Amino acid sequence: MSIEIKTATMEPVRNTYANVERRFGDKPATRYQEATYDLQSETNFHYRPLWQPELELNDPRRTAIVMSDWYAFKDPRQFYYGAYVQQRAKMQEVAESNYAFFEKRDLARFLSDDARAEVIRFLVPLRHLEHTANLNNMYGAAYGFGTAITQALLFNGMDRLGMAQYLSRIGLILDGNSGDALAEAKQQWLEADIWQGLRALCEETLVTEDWFEVMLAQNLVMDALVTDLVYRQFDQKLCDAGAQDIGMLTEFMQLWNKDATRWIDAVLKTAVAESEENEALLAQWIEKWRGKAAEALAPLADAMLGADALGEALALLDKRVAKAGIK
Amino acid sequence: MAAKKLNIKDKYRLLTRDLDWEFSYQDRNKAFPFEEFEGIKITDWSKWEDPFRLTMDAYWKYQAEKERKLYAIFDAFAQNNGQLNISDPRYVNALKIFLTGVSPLEYQAFQGFAHTGRQFGGVGARVACQMQSIDELRHVQTQVHAMSHYNKFFDGLQDWSHMHDRVWYLSVPKSFFNDARAAGPFEFMVAIGFSFEYVLTNLLFVPFMSGAAYNGDMATVTFGFSAQSDEARHMTLGLEVIKFLLEQHEDNVPIVQRWIDKWFWRGTRLLTIVSMMMDYMLPNKVMSWKEAWEVYFEEAGGALFKDLARYGIRMPKYADIIEKEKEHVSHQAWWTFYTHGHAAGFHTWIPTDEELDWLSEKYPDTFDKYYRPRWELAKEMEAKGERFYTKALPQLCTTCQIPMLFTEMDDPTQISYRDSIYKGDRYHFCSDGCKDIFDDEPEKFVQSWLPVHQIFQGNCGGPDVEDILRDYYQMNVGVDNMDIKGSPDEERWKKWKGVA
Repeated sequence: MSIEIKTATMEPVRNTYANVERRFGDKPATRYQEATYDLQSETNFHYRPLWQPELELNDPRRTAIVMSDWYAFKDPRQFYYGAYVQQRAKMQEVAESNYAFFEKRDLARFLSDDARAEVIRFLVPLRHLEHTANLNNMYGAAYGFGTAITQALLFNGMDRLGMAQYLSRIGLILDGNSGDALAEAKQQWLEADIWQGLRALCEETLVTEDWFEVMLAQNLVMDALVTDLVYRQFDQKLCDAGAQDIGMLTEFMQLWNKDATRWIDAVLKTAVAESEENEALLAQWIEKWRGKAAEALAPLADAMLGADALGEALALLDKRVAKAGIK
Repeated sequence: MAAKKLNIKDKYRLLTRDLDWEFSYQDRNKAFPFEEFEGIKITDWSKWEDPFRLTMDAYWKYQAEKERKLYAIFDAFAQNNGQLNISDPRYVNALKIFLTGVSPLEYQAFQGFAHTGRQFGGVGARVACQMQSIDELRHVQTQVHAMSHYNKFFDGLQDWSHMHDRVWYLSVPKSFFNDARAAGPFEFMVAIGFSFEYVLTNLLFVPFMSGAAYNGDMATVTFGFSAQSDEARHMTLGLEVIKFLLEQHEDNVPIVQRWIDKWFWRGTRLLTIVSMMMDYMLPNKVMSWKEAWEVYFEEAGGALFKDLARYGIRMPKYADIIEKEKEHVSHQAWWTFYTHGHAAGFHTWIPTDEELDWLSEKYPDTFDKYYRPRWELAKEMEAKGERFYTKALPQLCTTCQIPMLFTEMDDPTQISYRDSIYKGDRYHFCSDGCKDIFDDEPEKFVQSWLPVHQIFQGNCGGPDVEDILRDYYQMNVGVDNMDIKGSPDEERWKKWKGVA
């Protein structure tokens, strides 16, 4: 049974904004469409930026990738601000309850000294990688072209700040809020041999100029490898060592990675499908950063997991790249 | 082990401020390359006081709660045809100005704060800018959604982003933000974070939202309430920026003062359109522009500058001229739009007799003397079937891009003209304030994309104004513009309300 409340229906003059209508026809539009398409100015800029006078304020030439329509980068998650924060709020609610449970039951006391040391040595320093990812995604948000991709980069950048903060909280849980674990992890990041490759790679992405290249280096290559090494293989290792409770504290990152992978794979696929020139350039960038990342991560992967670990992660990256259409 | 309790400042330091590190493998200046060219001296980023210590988990939680409530209202508004509850169809024209003129600025603010959120070398300042960046994206998107239902029932909202990039009067707000974004990151923060968000927000954001509240616009006013706590954060960031710059080095003081002078003048020019919205476009008035200016600038701003005097900062240049302008600008602006009503993207009209009386009461020293007679003449002409539209395109000020409509403040019958010669060409200005800004940075302002110049150069199609409006601006000529009397907006309203 259903009941129907009568409401006055009024005939609208038009169903949506004219720019959306030009793209999709005169029919009711989604909130994602109205909040995304053609929001960014594309013409008649008044002044060249003092900080980059060879380009316009919004300029597609800040990357060598060429698109006939930058709004081809539709987000498969259809995240506009409201959809994005509501989705993340759900995830943080679960995370909050996990962290609260972990602390209330003092699950840290079940960690062996080895497991605790490994978490501080291998997991907590990643907050600095997340901080790099925050900057690299803000870079694309600031200098990318078209709201479809720049808003997704902004969301991703804020997510990375959030995850840097979650990783920091893991350190604080382990050191009883003294900050010692964070200091120890930072010392690792700054000085330990196993981390220097990754730190140098982070610093290199921060001085790389092409925003699309930075996006790929960070969100595809580095993330694919680190995610597999840390959140799959190292997670498994912790479980095997009886430290599976740490998984409660990294569940946010696990879920997040699935979500972000869906988006960046769609971005890659769209850019590849646009032209052979794009494909060639993307293939070249991926090869370049894959090589650098493999070299950078080798000592870390070896120390954390053993000799085969990096190979497994690279194989997964190669599979995703092939699936996106790069030959 | 009992965990020690962390205070919020220490916690924020550990969770956020401690994330950055000294580079070993690359030159850090290459990662943050734009910090030095403006001449601002930052000796120690660690002295930055975080204006709000919000971590991302809390941000997601609070903002999602606000979004849920906001979109529930939007849905209810659409389902119940909330547009029928507004005071008068004339009100929607304020929304047309807002969506075509202000919402795109929110977008530019998102981009500008993303830029500073990437470029500042200090992690505390960066993260604060990033949070403002994502808030600004929220504002443009929720505004687009708030107006979405109006767009289905009124004309002139439909092509807002296309219009913003092209239409003559919209180059005023667009160039304002382009100017700030084209500047260095510190000038951007003084221009937008401090001058615009901290000092002038009460004269831009608040009048539109109060106008919505007074005129039965549930969708827009709900957005306004929902954005209030975001705006409060932005204001604290704006104030922290100014204090930080002034405390870092004494050499920063004259640079900051020059920016304050520039951006207050630019800001007051930009607010001209708000003045006319408040005095002429709101069927139910909130307060007069003059009253708003006195409360929000003269009192609140005056107190602020007293506070900043200890750093060696004085009131913005030309504050004395601005004080006189509050008596005139709204009348001069609405008259200009009324006479160019065929080329605007919204409807114009003659104030009703009650509204003319209200204006006389609110502006006892100027309205009856200078402005009421014009409206009496317009009424006579309209009654004879001779509603007046000027055929001419206005000359624009090279700096603020507003038509030359402002008068000398001591002689409201004399249009104010200034000019400068730069590299053999003459440039025209509406005021000493705008001329100074040009003279200070001529190489920047000679680039201005002045809509009327562009039309005469043949860059906007044509040849006739109507061709440009229809083909280049993509307006529905005679539907989106002209007088409200006889417009489709008015016809539909009468039909909905069952009046002949």
